[in-house]
Amino acid sequence: MVNRVMETNKFKIQAKDIHAYYGTHHVIKGIDMDIKPNSVTAFIGPSGCGKSTFLRLINRMNDYIEGFTKTGDILLDDKNIYASNVQVEQLRKEVGMVFQKPNPFPKSIFENVTYGLKIQGITNKSDLEETAERSLRQAALWEEVKDDLKKSALALSGGQQQRLCIARTLAVEPSVILMDEPASALDPISTAKIEELIFELKEKYTIIIVTHNMQQASRVSDRTAFFYMGELIEYGKTKQIFLNPKKEKTENYISGRFG
Amino acid sequence: MKRGEKIIEGVLFLCALITILTTVGIIWVLLKESISFFTEVSVFDFLTDKEWTPLFSDKHFGILPLLSGTLLTTVVAIVVALPLGLTIAIYLNEYAPKSFRKVVKPLLEILAAIPTVVYGFFALIVVTPFLQSIFPGLSGFNALSPGIVMGIMIVPFISSLSEDALAAVPSSLREASYGLGATKLQTSFKVLIPAASSGIISSVILALSRAIGETMIVAIAAGQQPRLTLDPTVPIETITAFIVQVSLGDVPHGSLEYKTIFAAGLTLFVFTLILNNVSFYVNRRYKLKYD
Amino acid sequence: MIKASTNQWKDQLFRIYGIGATFFGLLILGIFLVGIVIEGFSRLDFQFLSSLPSRLPGKAGILTAWTGSLWIFGLTSITSIPIGIGAAIWLEEYSKKNRLANLLEINISNLAGIPSIIYGILGLEIFVRMMKFGGSLLAGSFTLSLLILPIIIVSTREALKAVPRSIIQASLAMGATRWQTIWLQQLPAASSGIFTGIILSLARAIGETAPLIVIGALAYVPFVAKTPMDEFTVLPMQIFNWVSRPQHGFIVNAAAAILVLLIFVFIMNGIAIYFRYKSSKKVKW
Repeated sequence: MVNRVMETNKFKIQAKDIHAYYGTHHVIKGIDMDIKPNSVTAFIGPSGCGKSTFLRLINRMNDYIEGFTKTGDILLDDKNIYASNVQVEQLRKEVGMVFQKPNPFPKSIFENVTYGLKIQGITNKSDLEETAERSLRQAALWEEVKDDLKKSALALSGGQQQRLCIARTLAVEPSVILMDEPASALDPISTAKIEELIFELKEKYTIIIVTHNMQQASRVSDRTAFFYMGELIEYGKTKQIFLNPKKEKTENYISGRFG
Repeated sequence: MKRGEKIIEGVLFLCALITILTTVGIIWVLLKESISFFTEVSVFDFLTDKEWTPLFSDKHFGILPLLSGTLLTTVVAIVVALPLGLTIAIYLNEYAPKSFRKVVKPLLEILAAIPTVVYGFFALIVVTPFLQSIFPGLSGFNALSPGIVMGIMIVPFISSLSEDALAAVPSSLREASYGLGATKLQTSFKVLIPAASSGIISSVILALSRAIGETMIVAIAAGQQPRLTLDPTVPIETITAFIVQVSLGDVPHGSLEYKTIFAAGLTLFVFTLILNNVSFYVNRRYKLKYD
Repeated sequence: MIKASTNQWKDQLFRIYGIGATFFGLLILGIFLVGIVIEGFSRLDFQFLSSLPSRLPGKAGILTAWTGSLWIFGLTSITSIPIGIGAAIWLEEYSKKNRLANLLEINISNLAGIPSIIYGILGLEIFVRMMKFGGSLLAGSFTLSLLILPIIIVSTREALKAVPRSIIQASLAMGATRWQTIWLQQLPAASSGIFTGIILSLARAIGETAPLIVIGALAYVPFVAKTPMDEFTVLPMQIFNWVSRPQHGFIVNAAAAILVLLIFVFIMNGIAIYFRYKSSKKVKW
């Protein structure tokens, strides 16, 4: 036990024996996982393998799903995020999320990117403007939109919308960013931009990305986790997983024999 | 923050609770006064006496004349509305161009948006004189004229809801029928209407319930003579018109005459409640079929 | 082939019959409106709009009636809109799928089907007698509020349902609370749908007569209401009163008053149709 306590400081996120159920359907079957800070972790696996469900456990987005239950703990900076004294809104400011399809609010670019501050009660105009510029720059969108921040976000292209959603998440300065197939709805050029962005953001953030795209996982991530039927089959350095998988299932999946 | 959220949720719940309180209130009010009414008038007399004369010195409290009046206007209304509404639904769904349907459907729905007192005026001032020129024996107040006008009013109930039901029939069925060389007419009557039957029936029952509860048209144009008859050309009185009649007079609060409106209201409530729920039930079964 | 051609004929006949039926309803509506305009338009002048009721048809006006209708419109809006939207939000966003939610659901469908005159009976006992509001504007608008509540709730829920889940997820994932998400995202996104439902239900309230007769609204009110506790009349009541009189002059008055009422109702329906059209054109998320 002593050993373990010393070790924990090295990890940003730790999952301990997670089981999850939709009603009686057992979707996650005992997963343990440690994730280091300032790293990119890719979750791969066939559809319905539980990777998205697991991702959403980290910012408690499954809380509202009726019939969803889970056991086990998830620690963020050594604190249990499912403890009764944790405010879920606070947690989500710490753990941001970017979704599969770009989902900007039907409002202006500026309103989108400052939404996180607005809900915290920050209304000071210069604060908002400063944050908007900083996060749009970080998301590599500033140069494209700086002249029409009042324009509706829905008028942007899909790739721009997704970078806006990333900027929106960065605006509240989270330490972890969850990305649920962030480029699956985008064209190759936009996808490349997002991947570049992920690489840059690693400096400051811990990033977890769910993806169906093997090349993408190998390009952007430091570590890769392969999920299958609700179990974590293999988890290790990306290079090792792709070049030298230890489990047969992993190898079959990566070489495209199923999924 | 947590606390504020809880308070908001509580307030919203109270808003939702008002709907339950409304139902409880309606049932309680109707039952309370009706029970008091039935301590003075036996339920048997209420259901079997052939006369309804609570406002006269020789009092009778038989609901049958009011029921027959209500039934009469309702039947006339449905006889007008059903063929018209169903034809419109089929035409709009199968024959009419999409753009035409888009314009006509909301226009027809205006028919249901016109205040009923306006229809009452129409029935009394326009339709009754017109009918009298065709049937000279028609009384100035009768069940026919308000029934017809009511029928026109409820056309959009049947046409819109039935059209929705027809539109919800899977296109595979439609295509299968066309594929066998059927015309639109054959497809409509042999395939679509049977497939959408529960939706159509549900819309008709809803229209029926609406007609039974309709007040102003009959209060203005049907008369105030409770009469156990199936003759649509003579003055009659419906349940709703009777409630209006008592409300307009100066019947003392708490008197037996006053309580009659609750007994009449309860009867009306029970009928519409049954019809509405039959309609929901039929409609739900239909939805299950294709989901 | 003969069989096929008779089928074709039948098909064409039905097409003609269908067009006829569709236009029949609209035709009746047209005849009726033209008739009202012919009968009532000449009576519609400043004197008619600004006069109190009178025994003499030529002197009578609808001042008390249309001001009463405006009062009812305002008071009914104030009570029914927040309660209706609030109830809809609770049902759509907060209620769990349990027996209580199921009961509320069935209950609201039933309320929407109860005849308006029954609401009058409820209002008579609860607002007029128990709460002792008498036949006042307050009693009338409360009664009408209960009447239109189910319509507002159903249409608001439909509008809320149409807001994409992705927007809600995005807001929650940003750390917004449930209420912040509803207030800042869902309600604005659903606003035109909600607005359409509200306008249509208020148009219905403006045209109601029966429940107001039952709660004891008066046809003859010789003064303009100044407070919500005053007695009142409304346009439909005034029309009903005049229709029941034998003199032709009152029939003309009724037609003129109907014109005013229909202008109210049509404008409201027009706004609703416009908003429905606008929201159907909206960018898809």
